[in-house]
Amino acid sequence: MLALAALAWLQSPTPALTEHRIANIFKPLASPAESEYQIALFSFVITGAIFVAVAGLIIYTMVRFRRRRDDDTRQEPPQVYGSNQIEAAWTVIPILIVFVLIGVTARVVASVENASPPASTVKLTLIGHQWWWEVQYPDFGVVTANEIHVPVSRDGAHTATYLQLESVDVIHSFWVPQLSGKTDLIPNRDNFLWIDPREPGVYLGNCAEYCGTQHANMLLRVIAEERSDFERWAAEQRRPAEQDGQIGEARATFESLSCVNCHTVKGTAAAGKFGPDLTHLMSRQTLGAGVLANTGANLRAWVNDPQQSKPGCFMPSMKLTDRELDQVVAYLQTLK
Amino acid sequence: MASIDYPLERPEAAPREFSFSESLYKWVATVDHKRLGLMYMVSALVFLVIAGIMASVMRLQLAVPNNHLVGPATFNRLFTMHGTTMVFLVGMPIVAGMANYLVPLMIGARDMAFPRLNAFGFWIFLFGGVLLYYSYLGGSGLSGAGSAPDVGWFAYAPLTEKAFSHGASTDFWALGVLVSGFGSIASAINVIATCVSLRCPGMTLARMPVFVWVMLVDAWLVLVVLPPLSAAQIMLLLDRFLGAHFFDTQFGGSAVLWQHMFWIFGHPEVYILIFPAFGTLSEVIPIFARKPIFGRPAMVGAVVAIGFISLGVWAHHMFAIGMTSWSNTFFAAASMLVGVPTGIKIFNWTATMYGGKIRFAVSMMFCCGFLLQFLVAGLTGIMLAIAPFDWQLHDSYFVVAHFHFTLIGGLVFGVFAGIYYWFPKVTGKMLSETLGKWHFWLFCIGFNLTFIPLHFAGMLGMPRRIYTYAAGRGWESWNTIATIGVFFQIAGIACFAWNVIQSVRSGKAAGDDPWDAWTLEWATTSPPPEYNFEKLPVVRSSRPLWDLKHPQDPDWKYD
Repeated sequence: MLALAALAWLQSPTPALTEHRIANIFKPLASPAESEYQIALFSFVITGAIFVAVAGLIIYTMVRFRRRRDDDTRQEPPQVYGSNQIEAAWTVIPILIVFVLIGVTARVVASVENASPPASTVKLTLIGHQWWWEVQYPDFGVVTANEIHVPVSRDGAHTATYLQLESVDVIHSFWVPQLSGKTDLIPNRDNFLWIDPREPGVYLGNCAEYCGTQHANMLLRVIAEERSDFERWAAEQRRPAEQDGQIGEARATFESLSCVNCHTVKGTAAAGKFGPDLTHLMSRQTLGAGVLANTGANLRAWVNDPQQSKPGCFMPSMKLTDRELDQVVAYLQTLK
Repeated sequence: MASIDYPLERPEAAPREFSFSESLYKWVATVDHKRLGLMYMVSALVFLVIAGIMASVMRLQLAVPNNHLVGPATFNRLFTMHGTTMVFLVGMPIVAGMANYLVPLMIGARDMAFPRLNAFGFWIFLFGGVLLYYSYLGGSGLSGAGSAPDVGWFAYAPLTEKAFSHGASTDFWALGVLVSGFGSIASAINVIATCVSLRCPGMTLARMPVFVWVMLVDAWLVLVVLPPLSAAQIMLLLDRFLGAHFFDTQFGGSAVLWQHMFWIFGHPEVYILIFPAFGTLSEVIPIFARKPIFGRPAMVGAVVAIGFISLGVWAHHMFAIGMTSWSNTFFAAASMLVGVPTGIKIFNWTATMYGGKIRFAVSMMFCCGFLLQFLVAGLTGIMLAIAPFDWQLHDSYFVVAHFHFTLIGGLVFGVFAGIYYWFPKVTGKMLSETLGKWHFWLFCIGFNLTFIPLHFAGMLGMPRRIYTYAAGRGWESWNTIATIGVFFQIAGIACFAWNVIQSVRSGKAAGDDPWDAWTLEWATTSPPPEYNFEKLPVVRSSRPLWDLKHPQDPDWKYD
């Protein structure tokens, strides 16, 4: 009975995850973003109060002490040179406010940076490339690109994902606002970051450090799903590409082209490291690090000439003939 | 005290007309601090227009999602050249230009201490600027890659290394900025020497106008922080030409080292840029409120304190590089502390107005705009100093909005206040107050319309330096409003340009002292003669002309 239910559940299509397209930092859905949101609110209260008080004083002064039409212009107002008491007051009060802010800042910095990982932790390595993200899960033997799958954290089963951040070329920066603030991916330096999304969903982010021509289209998705879904996804990703006998010719065409110099398809001759791993390309939502939705038409357009949708990116148009293009696209579409 | 008598040449009775080549020669060969100051200011305004046009193109590109007005390569060059130009070819010459023109006049000197060094500084600055812009023609280099630099004004390594930046564009950036920096250093040395050695009799440091004090501290800052940038640029050139590996991460170099060297210059730099505005407000507000500056010693002390503290805050630009929690906290604390002396300045300016009889001439309106907008900039600065909040805001449009509030809402408004205030002294003609009011309101509305919405785009996750964005991420409306604001700003600047042209041609004669002011520059003619003062003035207080005008109640009684 239970097995049957499980089977039925397994076969039912996974419900579509909510896509959080608007990455509002004031709608945090993970602990680091939550702490940052709390301290942001605190800073709004303090700076808001200062603004109202000081702007009010300035505007009051401007209005109250404007020169009137009937003023005698030869008569100068009383010449006041200063006041030690008043000046001491507006030196000491800001110092006190600053000390409060420093204390709160120190506490939140430590709580985010020095948090110790919970028992159930997923580790992954995120590697920045000019203009895409390589994602490695060493514990699962999975390599993918541009979309990070992580388990969702539940009350009572706190799960966090630890990201080791690296770069192969220039500096990039991880920023998925609803999950966490930024940490840079710097060549020759290992950085760390953790996230624990509380709701399943797709969270959008961008590379946040200028990294060259296509910085704008170095988009990132974090797909937070239930632990079981995550593990099923990881198991799927670990498999080499399926050898579909139906499309042997298409596969041969793909392997004969220079695609294989840059891309890897596990279990085939394609073992390039320069571009994203394509072993399970069709399981991804987007192409070109988020620049296009992963549809058949877009895939064909992308393979035909990536420079159309992402000018300046390092994948050239290979000038394939229509027939080659059809076969390559047909083959890529089997990489589920 | 007796005044010092110099044998003086009298001015020619009727100045004869000069031919074009004669007057060109007079300008090119001049060592007069006023002509050099003017040339600095005019170059700055020309570069301001160029970089402003670049900004307008970028705003048009970002007005709607998926726009194809310019491509990524062009856009990246635009923001690199916009930032580099605004900082090094607009902000820096404004510092040098205002100091050059006003410091000798305000301290009763006949010129700067080193007139020929002064001319060298201007021409090397201009050469640096031209060199940078020549990259549009020559940047492609032998390898045929690139044109103008596209590495951002901060030029983060290793993006600037040969492996990622082909052609010569980055070399033009490094060399252009490097040599224009020599000009800034020359000018800083000159300002310091002038303030130290050429003050007129009776002008003790305590009596020096606040503007001059601010420019003195500014010059010290330039002298301390520009060399690290020059060093970093030389190291970068060594990397690119001689195979050194300072920042070349592929050979074990450090990307973070560049950031330290850049920001130990780069953060004090923003104070260097804003100081002329601080100085201007400290002169203009008292005159239009008809009261002496409130708390003079505190105002000077605050500037010195800002100068010192600013040397210890640079890594708040680097909260996202993964520093330890101790470093993050230290730099957050230091950055917030800058708010204290800055607050003192805002309070003291307000207190100067308090109890006065404020005359809202255009210059004063710009000062009031400065006060309110700079307050906003200061408070968003506090938010950015809170490291955890900065992890969200860093490199987002919130930061773009924040520093444009300081540099336009602050610096540019302050400089306009200064231009409306000192234009009569420089040209002998008044600017039109009516056109000036149009200028103020159009520019003020346009500026706020452009930059208030960008705070919100940033808080919705919009990163900086992107040439386009997809629809549906909540950024469209904010960006569209921001672009609409640009048209108001352009209209405001057009009013200003027209005002200047009209006034130079046929403005009302200004007279020596149109604002009934109190500092020495108003004691000479408008425009001042080449030697500034026939007789060196002798002063007994910080408001020498007040003393003259109110012999029954002079300031020196209270000093």
